[in-house]
Amino acid sequence: MAGATANANRNGMRPPDGTALGTVRICDFTGQLAGAGATKWLAAFGAEVIRVEDPVNQGMWDVLRNYDPFVDDRRGPDFGGGFNNHNVEKKGITLNLRTERGKEILREIVKRSDVVSENFAAGVLDKWGFGWEALRELREDILYVSNCGFGHTGPYGRYKTWGPIVQAMSGLTFTSGLPDSEPAGWGYSYMDHTGGMYMALAILFGLIHKQRTGEGQWIDLSCSEAGLTLNGPAILDWTVNARPMRRPDRPEGNRSASPPMAPHGIFACRGDDEWISIACRSDADWAVLATVIGESWASEARWKTLAGRLEGQDALEAKLTAWTETQDKFSVQRRIVEAGVPSAAVQRPAERIDDDPGTSEWGLWPEVEHSKMGRVRVDGLPAHFSKTEWKIERGGPCVGEHTDEVLSDLLGYDADEIARLHQEGIV
Amino acid sequence: MSALEGTRVVELANERIAFAGKLLGDMGADVVLVEAPGGDPSRRYPPFADGVTGDSNAPALATSAVEAAEAERGAEPDSLYWWHYNTSKRGLVLDLEREAGREALRALVASADVLIESEAPGRLAALGLDYDDLVKVKPDLIHVSMTPFGRTTSRRDEPATDLTLLAGGGPVWSCGYDDRSIPPIRGGGNQGYQTGCHYAVMSALTAIFHHGVSGEGQFIDVSMHAAANVTTEMSSYFYLVAGKTVHRQTGRHAMPEPSMPVQILAKDGRYATTGMPPRTPSGFGDLYDWLDSLGLVPQLPEAIFLDNARHRKSIGFAEIGVDDEVTAIFSAAREAITLICRNLPVEEFFNGAQRIGITVGSILSPEEAYENAHFVERGFQVEVKHPERDEAVRYPGAPYKLPASPWAISRRAPRLGEHQDEILAEIGIDAAERSEVC
Repeated sequence: MAGATANANRNGMRPPDGTALGTVRICDFTGQLAGAGATKWLAAFGAEVIRVEDPVNQGMWDVLRNYDPFVDDRRGPDFGGGFNNHNVEKKGITLNLRTERGKEILREIVKRSDVVSENFAAGVLDKWGFGWEALRELREDILYVSNCGFGHTGPYGRYKTWGPIVQAMSGLTFTSGLPDSEPAGWGYSYMDHTGGMYMALAILFGLIHKQRTGEGQWIDLSCSEAGLTLNGPAILDWTVNARPMRRPDRPEGNRSASPPMAPHGIFACRGDDEWISIACRSDADWAVLATVIGESWASEARWKTLAGRLEGQDALEAKLTAWTETQDKFSVQRRIVEAGVPSAAVQRPAERIDDDPGTSEWGLWPEVEHSKMGRVRVDGLPAHFSKTEWKIERGGPCVGEHTDEVLSDLLGYDADEIARLHQEGIV
Repeated sequence: MSALEGTRVVELANERIAFAGKLLGDMGADVVLVEAPGGDPSRRYPPFADGVTGDSNAPALATSAVEAAEAERGAEPDSLYWWHYNTSKRGLVLDLEREAGREALRALVASADVLIESEAPGRLAALGLDYDDLVKVKPDLIHVSMTPFGRTTSRRDEPATDLTLLAGGGPVWSCGYDDRSIPPIRGGGNQGYQTGCHYAVMSALTAIFHHGVSGEGQFIDVSMHAAANVTTEMSSYFYLVAGKTVHRQTGRHAMPEPSMPVQILAKDGRYATTGMPPRTPSGFGDLYDWLDSLGLVPQLPEAIFLDNARHRKSIGFAEIGVDDEVTAIFSAAREAITLICRNLPVEEFFNGAQRIGITVGSILSPEEAYENAHFVERGFQVEVKHPERDEAVRYPGAPYKLPASPWAISRRAPRLGEHQDEILAEIGIDAAERSEVC
């Protein structure tokens, strides 16, 4: 690193470098997806994200460090595929915060950071002596963003969660499933993804506020609260009409009551576990679809109006399935879409990743260079910027991979001192 | 001061992008919603406020209810869908098919910082209103376009809805039941649109921050299909990293190999979600004590393993299948959690388990979550004034709490053309010309 940049770093400022967030430094304690997903976005747009991890347990607070999937037979905290996916373009250092010297180094890093981010259970950072008041004393304009399942206050403030619990408690699991049946849920941690997005939003709002006023703040994010904002019309139906979602015929499966559409669903195609989704937005869409189907039942008058199609929805879906189930899902998709009606095959991972121009032409699966795993494809970002495009090239950090670099470039420690810190188990 | 106070956002009304405008408006941006003559179609989406339509959530009644309401009193149908997605916005009508309407939009954009829209690729260019045209009146404009497949891919003109985006984009593949003869399920609540909007707003904020540093604006192309694809957690990276395909399972993560069920029907007919065992030896002991206090030990002979576990020095997942006793302990814990849940109302089970450190959840409906004491105490319920109604309406509250720059709903969703004169006056279109814009 050039001397001038290193000096600027030691003053706590990052000079503009043409990237969107190149002036931002983040002291990052996040892990898993709900936290690491947030700082992934910021790192891809140029923020310097320094992950601080524990050398004693090899960063395994973030269990994804050593969790399926793996590229080969190697195991250990540097080989988790999910960790790599969520931590591209970040730096990783180790710091033993059980020691006073470790805490001292963290204080030096915080003084040079714009943001401290974490998604520990409520109160953990405070217990280490780095709660809001302590952080503020180190740097008056610090932006501190904590993210946990229920937030730091309230009756559930000490309860533990992970994605599926957050989804259950916020109404999202309930609204995914067939009517009068066990909930199907989301099939993955939708709220770890989305909680990470709300954390990124919170950090960005906080950074803009700070840019405009010079003020920092503590943002206490509760993933389940964020989740609870994602079923707005259903909640208003309750507060305005006293009509609960827990009632017969709800949730609606793959049908659509808002806006009302029919047919609107997912239908079997030829083969094992192959499906096509079809949505008729209007009578005009239905008329087009009826022509594509080209069978006599489809031109019956009863189906011409939305009211008729909703009334006979069970029969309509049975007829439609009889038509789709003998066909290949992609050929059905092609015929319906070419006619101008929304339809999409339910794509398997291989189909949407390897064979879909909607993702490949976008450049959605960049390949990163990971120091031990080698070249691995990861999730890219769904936005392209004309002037400050994202960059995802470097893999997630191995445990302590950037410790020496950060100690020397950011804090100005010399080689002897760094060697001593290694010897003493501080880093 | 709100984070976005003083930032003006122009939004071209479209059901796909509406949530992005709300997220920005609720954080203090001055969001100006531009609708075509006749108003955005989502003004007519159910559910409706009662008194207008009866059981308006029944889809068969929806369209006729709207027509009846409009015929009866020329009234807007009081769509709760519209109300929710359009808080903190002001609205006007511009006919972009007319030159005066386009001229007004240019003037509006010149007065603004950000444009968000979800127009079909090519439409704005044909109208002379795309980024390249608009930078002539606003050189540092931030223009966020969010479309189903982005502006540049060969799929860009394909029609899409929330359902087809989630089906083609990956989430639906992971979502459904163990019984694979049942179709996979689309999670409810427009999450395909909302996920796209989360990324659109992250993009807008990233560009606003960059503008604060450099003074420059830019064009941003968001693909909702791409957004769904990178919001699938393990489904994508199991394939990317190891070439493995996950398969859906009731109420739990889709995985390459089947896992044990985790949803349990509690005594009151509601479901809990479980699957996380105690973390420490004493945690297993606490579980035994809970079982004992409910008189359930006689129903579970294996409970003895839990009682014994409390005397161990440590216990870990890694020993399952290796150490017979550890395997038996974890198995007994699963049985004990299931047995307790079946014998208690779900809320009691949830609190009891969490109090001894076992991570479980209660599967709440949206209204149950909204009325839950935890969220109520944290101030999640907020009231919004509707001048036409006697009482304020309770809305979902803040997704994040920024003490120095608070989230707030500044006003209810606009009626059609509600701020027409006010906004046109602000951008210097005088009264004589105003009738020309729509």
